[in-house]
Amino acid sequence: MPDITMPKLSDTMTEGTVVKWHKKTGDKVSAGEVIADVETDKATMEMEAFDDGVLEQIYLQEGQKVNVGGRLAYVRGEGETGPAPEEKKAPAKADATSPKAEATTPVKAGAPAPAPVINNGRVKASPLAKKIAAKKGIDLSRITGTGPGGRIVQADLLNAPTGGGAAAPAAISIPVPTGNGTRIPLSGMRRIIADRLYASKTQIPHFYLTIEIDAEPLMRLRKDINAVQEENGAPKVTVNDFVVMAAAHAAKAHPKVNAAFAGDSVFEYSDINVSVAIAVEEGLVTPVIRNADKLSLRDLSSAIKDFATRARAKKLKPEEYQGGTLTISNLGAYGVDNFSAIINPPQALILAVGAIVKKPVVNAQDKIVVGHTMAITLSADHRVVDGAIGAEYFKTLRSLLENPATMLF
Amino acid sequence: MSYDLIVIGGGPAGYVAAIRAAQLGKKVVCVEKERAGGTCLNWGCIPTKSLLRNAELYQIMTKQAEEFGMKFDNLTYDWEKIVKRSRVVSDKNAAGIEFLFKKNKVDYVLGEASVPKAGVVEVNGKDGKKQTIEGKNILISTGCLSRPMPNLPFNGTTVISSKEAMVIPKQPKSLVVIGAGAIGVEFAYFFNAFGTKVTVVEMLPNILPVEDTEVSQTLEKSFAKQGITVLTNTKVTSAEATDKGVKITVEGAKNETIEAEVCLVAIGVQAVLPPGLKLDLDRGYIKTNDRYETSIKGIYAAGDIIGPPWLAHVASYEAIQAVEGMFTPGAKPKKVTTFPGCTYCHPQVASVGLTERAAKEKGIKYKIGKFPFMASGKARAIGDIDGFVKLIMGEEHGEIIGAHIIGPEATEMIAEMGLAITLEATHEDIAATIHAHPTLTEAIHEAAEQAYGKAIHI
Repeated sequence: MPDITMPKLSDTMTEGTVVKWHKKTGDKVSAGEVIADVETDKATMEMEAFDDGVLEQIYLQEGQKVNVGGRLAYVRGEGETGPAPEEKKAPAKADATSPKAEATTPVKAGAPAPAPVINNGRVKASPLAKKIAAKKGIDLSRITGTGPGGRIVQADLLNAPTGGGAAAPAAISIPVPTGNGTRIPLSGMRRIIADRLYASKTQIPHFYLTIEIDAEPLMRLRKDINAVQEENGAPKVTVNDFVVMAAAHAAKAHPKVNAAFAGDSVFEYSDINVSVAIAVEEGLVTPVIRNADKLSLRDLSSAIKDFATRARAKKLKPEEYQGGTLTISNLGAYGVDNFSAIINPPQALILAVGAIVKKPVVNAQDKIVVGHTMAITLSADHRVVDGAIGAEYFKTLRSLLENPATMLF
Repeated sequence: MSYDLIVIGGGPAGYVAAIRAAQLGKKVVCVEKERAGGTCLNWGCIPTKSLLRNAELYQIMTKQAEEFGMKFDNLTYDWEKIVKRSRVVSDKNAAGIEFLFKKNKVDYVLGEASVPKAGVVEVNGKDGKKQTIEGKNILISTGCLSRPMPNLPFNGTTVISSKEAMVIPKQPKSLVVIGAGAIGVEFAYFFNAFGTKVTVVEMLPNILPVEDTEVSQTLEKSFAKQGITVLTNTKVTSAEATDKGVKITVEGAKNETIEAEVCLVAIGVQAVLPPGLKLDLDRGYIKTNDRYETSIKGIYAAGDIIGPPWLAHVASYEAIQAVEGMFTPGAKPKKVTTFPGCTYCHPQVASVGLTERAAKEKGIKYKIGKFPFMASGKARAIGDIDGFVKLIMGEEHGEIIGAHIIGPEATEMIAEMGLAITLEATHEDIAATIHAHPTLTEAIHEAAEQAYGKAIHI
């Protein structure tokens, strides 16, 4: 029976950490039984055994991480004989690095950005691979080697993400923090946030539009609905539920914003799937509300609540992160008035939603009165969305949010 | 009793597979129909190297004695003893394999195997006994035999294969060699060194056609100097065995009929398929997947039987890959991509990686580094200055993609270049490695530097 290896549990997962072993060596395991908890870049998931047998050897201790495909354990099949796999320092295991080892890896000032997945501080790579990596700005510490003994060879670099061609030394010029402090190793999630948002902010031409909507009708409707909900003992709807709904309905009217840049083309999505940013302990996650334009407010609201609960418990499934077509980030609950967000690639649009604030407004009668407003800032990929299209989208969004009842039927 | 692995054939693929599987703690049996060691030990690499050592020594004594200040009268040789020595060398090596089997607790069965179905091998024992062996896995490594010329079948005396050539009881006065691959070229050199009149016929434009063209051309010039007639671009149109020998009619630069006492046919090999199950074939060789498994689950194949290159060291590599794929959890067997090739004539020829021709065909941008042995102190000291080292490097990064050596000890030196390619070393790595002085390997160092205008001695 083959080794149990780190499964690829999401599109973006490159490595995983064993959080907990539910079995110890010598234990019997049966197919479908949970043997370990594995932390991916997004969540902690349960890993099941695929076959019956005995857990003969554990290669990766709790807290250690390994690249996708790396060995976790060896389960001997029933009736199988012969000695345990003797290769104690298999390539995959060499990749395993305990968090402690990472934390103590010395970082020389002026050296390339610290590399989290390294083998005792040394990256095993061929001279040619090192040369190509230096030229193309590839971070070898993130590559899984397939050469003898897990060495990184030329072939491993073919599809490696580059740091932006020959200009990559830019990354080297970023000063490394020195002085007193604590070095906190990146978790899988922090690494992904760092990679994707760095790529987004540096590679996508962002532009921003801001509107301030009259939030009074929204507040009134919400109050009415919540009064009924309360009577029925049902959970309240939030302002954000309305914003998600409005964003989806507006996207339906303006399909050009529900799109992505695809190199030689623009890809317009047929479905409207809204990624909702949810803050969790280590960072944030963006689970996806599928076909948000077709859901009732009630369904939308309970879907978002369910996501929030499960996200905090790290119980979201990988497929629940995938397939978003636009994103909403709402910091209103934290009292933020207005902010702008970094696009969540490959999407072309993200809405940054602020709090409803009480402020003087000029009303239809040109009188200055106390009003409630909410600021929304759109960040768009200019390769996909132009200013005028963004403005059209905002016009519809404003109309929906200022007349929220129109969305409900 | 059931084995973990039944190996059929005890050559460089089979015996290596059996021993590695035993090292992995598996219960293994090797079935061999003749003698452990296969073609390599018994009828190829090893005995011929023994014969070629004789040729080399005799050449030095007859051609270079004066240069070295030596004199002797009536230098003679004993053909029978020359051949006998090569057989003793073979015997000792083959016995060594049987010892290794014992040491590793590999069961060894002498007899002819057939595979009626997966998991079962039937053996017609050499001792007349029949037995059925059962095992979870079967590895077929039955190898190849010399391929006959159409219309000129082997007769064992005047039309022979390499197997008869290496034990030929009487030195022929004249020999025509058909096919100028490594085998043809080595025998041409061997017989010529002892004074046989040798003609080599090759259909392709150069002898050793798989080698770098420059190397082949250098060897052709050297052979001409040694008195070997080399006919390239020449096709055999008719051939017949006569009372006195053979008559070969060829068509090339000129059409002629060559008469010789003996004709050595060295045009290639053909697979020796074990009887029994029909396995899928590819151009006559057993077809295998990435894990060396044949079209039938549980039956694997490695070595010459799965096709070119027909080299002992490649066969052993394949065998180890196949066995580790079978028994080591998580192992991903590799197929052969880069391998050295060696020809033990004089000057020796060795290469690894791409030829310049292949680099061009693949559209790879490359750089050449070259250094002649004429400029090597060691080569001059040992009185062997023909040939050169030629390195082919990627233009952009300077990684070694091919190495071609013709000259003294070329076959020993090529290992460094094999390692360089496996490690993806660049010219800088070769340059940064201090090569001992005086050695022939300095030529490799200088060739790497020469490509960048930094060679010191040329």
